[in-house]
Amino acid sequence: MSARAPAWQRYGDILALLAALVLLWWGLARLAGPEALTGPAETLARAGELLDSRRFHGHIAESLTALGYALLLAALGGLGLGTWLGVRRLAGQVAEPILVALYALPKITLYPVILLIFGLGLPAKVAFGAIHGIIPVTIFTLNAVRTIRPVYLKVARTLRLTPWQAFRTVWLPAALPEIVSGQRVGFALTLLGVLIGEMFASQRGVGFVIINAIGLNDVPTIMAAAFLLAAFAATVSAILLKIDRALHRRTLRA
Amino acid sequence: MTRAGWIRIAIVLGAVAALEVTTRAGWIDPHTIIPPTAMAAALAGLIASGAILPDIAKTLSNVAAAFVLSVGGGFLLGLLIHAAPRLRRALDPLLATYYAVPFFVFYPLLIVVFGMSDLPIIVIGFLFGVVAMIIATLNGLDRVPRVALKVARLARMDPVSTALVIKFPAAVPHLFTGIKLAVAYSFIGVIASEFILSGAGLGYAIAYAYNNFDNPRMYALMLFILVSVTAVNMVLHGFEQRMLRRRGLSR
Repeated sequence: MSARAPAWQRYGDILALLAALVLLWWGLARLAGPEALTGPAETLARAGELLDSRRFHGHIAESLTALGYALLLAALGGLGLGTWLGVRRLAGQVAEPILVALYALPKITLYPVILLIFGLGLPAKVAFGAIHGIIPVTIFTLNAVRTIRPVYLKVARTLRLTPWQAFRTVWLPAALPEIVSGQRVGFALTLLGVLIGEMFASQRGVGFVIINAIGLNDVPTIMAAAFLLAAFAATVSAILLKIDRALHRRTLRA
Repeated sequence: MTRAGWIRIAIVLGAVAALEVTTRAGWIDPHTIIPPTAMAAALAGLIASGAILPDIAKTLSNVAAAFVLSVGGGFLLGLLIHAAPRLRRALDPLLATYYAVPFFVFYPLLIVVFGMSDLPIIVIGFLFGVVAMIIATLNGLDRVPRVALKVARLARMDPVSTALVIKFPAAVPHLFTGIKLAVAYSFIGVIASEFILSGAGLGYAIAYAYNNFDNPRMYALMLFILVSVTAVNMVLHGFEQRMLRRRGLSR
């Protein structure tokens, strides 16, 4: 990257870009008409209504519960599996192509199987979110652990660090930036998976609100729910991105 | 073949065999999962009778259209964005958070705009795939060696031939990452749209079979998608490895 521009310019550029996008949205809405696309102001108004209504709070709580469980499974499961595969070289070589092939599969195809196994409700949503998220977390963690520079590990051995000391002072700092990148991708996909699960396999949750609105062709509600979802996803993702970048920069300097 | 390769094949075959045994023995309810051999037999029957060929043709042609559009469009957009560093800096956080937004919820709105045709499905596949290609293009262009750009300047090449002769070949390995992702995302976008609202295509056929408790048909269609996606990926992977070897970059 070239020299860093002053902060006011960077944030100014982002604001200008967002303004341009809102303007484009407004223009498209005017062009397509209210029955096809709701404009920014109307969408915000509907989003405010949704946030005020008690029923929507229940849906949000339901979605967040499912997302929480799915993230827990994906993040911790992927971390453990990835670390193990990264340390065991042969196991990693065996598993990586399988994981990459699984990553590229359109997992939405499998939703009927998940429904048949788990039935309708929370477990199906959690399982669907977790199978979306766990694979990228595993792949990133595997590569993070495997690509630690051998000289670091030699230093740890030369200094006769105990396994715990080596893990805390060598393995973890060396692998952390890539692991955080993996968690970021994992978060996005887990959210997508939970949402798809709710759309097809649930009577509650934000995904259900959306699929219900699709059935009724209630365009303002579709737009408002999608907007709230995008805002939530972008906020979490931006925070993770900030941590991610800071960690990567620190490693580069060291 | 390497030792890891043999173990991998053994694991995959073992998993399929385990599924076959547990389903045949009745430990897994046949209403939940049917034996893999039954899936394959059902798929062979469906293909032989020609019953699902129109659905296959529809889905694959939509995926192909979405894929071509997202690779072509993503590369061009990547070139343009890379040429404007300020725009790129502002776009960066948006690109990084893009995949957290489930775009197929806009599919019904696209149906209102474009009508109940293949076009909304292709647009969704394109929206899913294009950003992966943009990101890969930007990464690739970042890694064009500076000395190659200096050579271009010394030879007084114009921007178009610099892009074609210098930048494109240097960025190709990274573009391949984008191409592979674009294939995966095109499939996901198209099939997800067919699940939600469509009258044809493999996604629709699976949802239809599921709603009718027609397990053999449903699993046969799933098997077809899994096998064809995996086959496409393996072909691309082989292609990529050959290219990397030619450049002396293979791992």
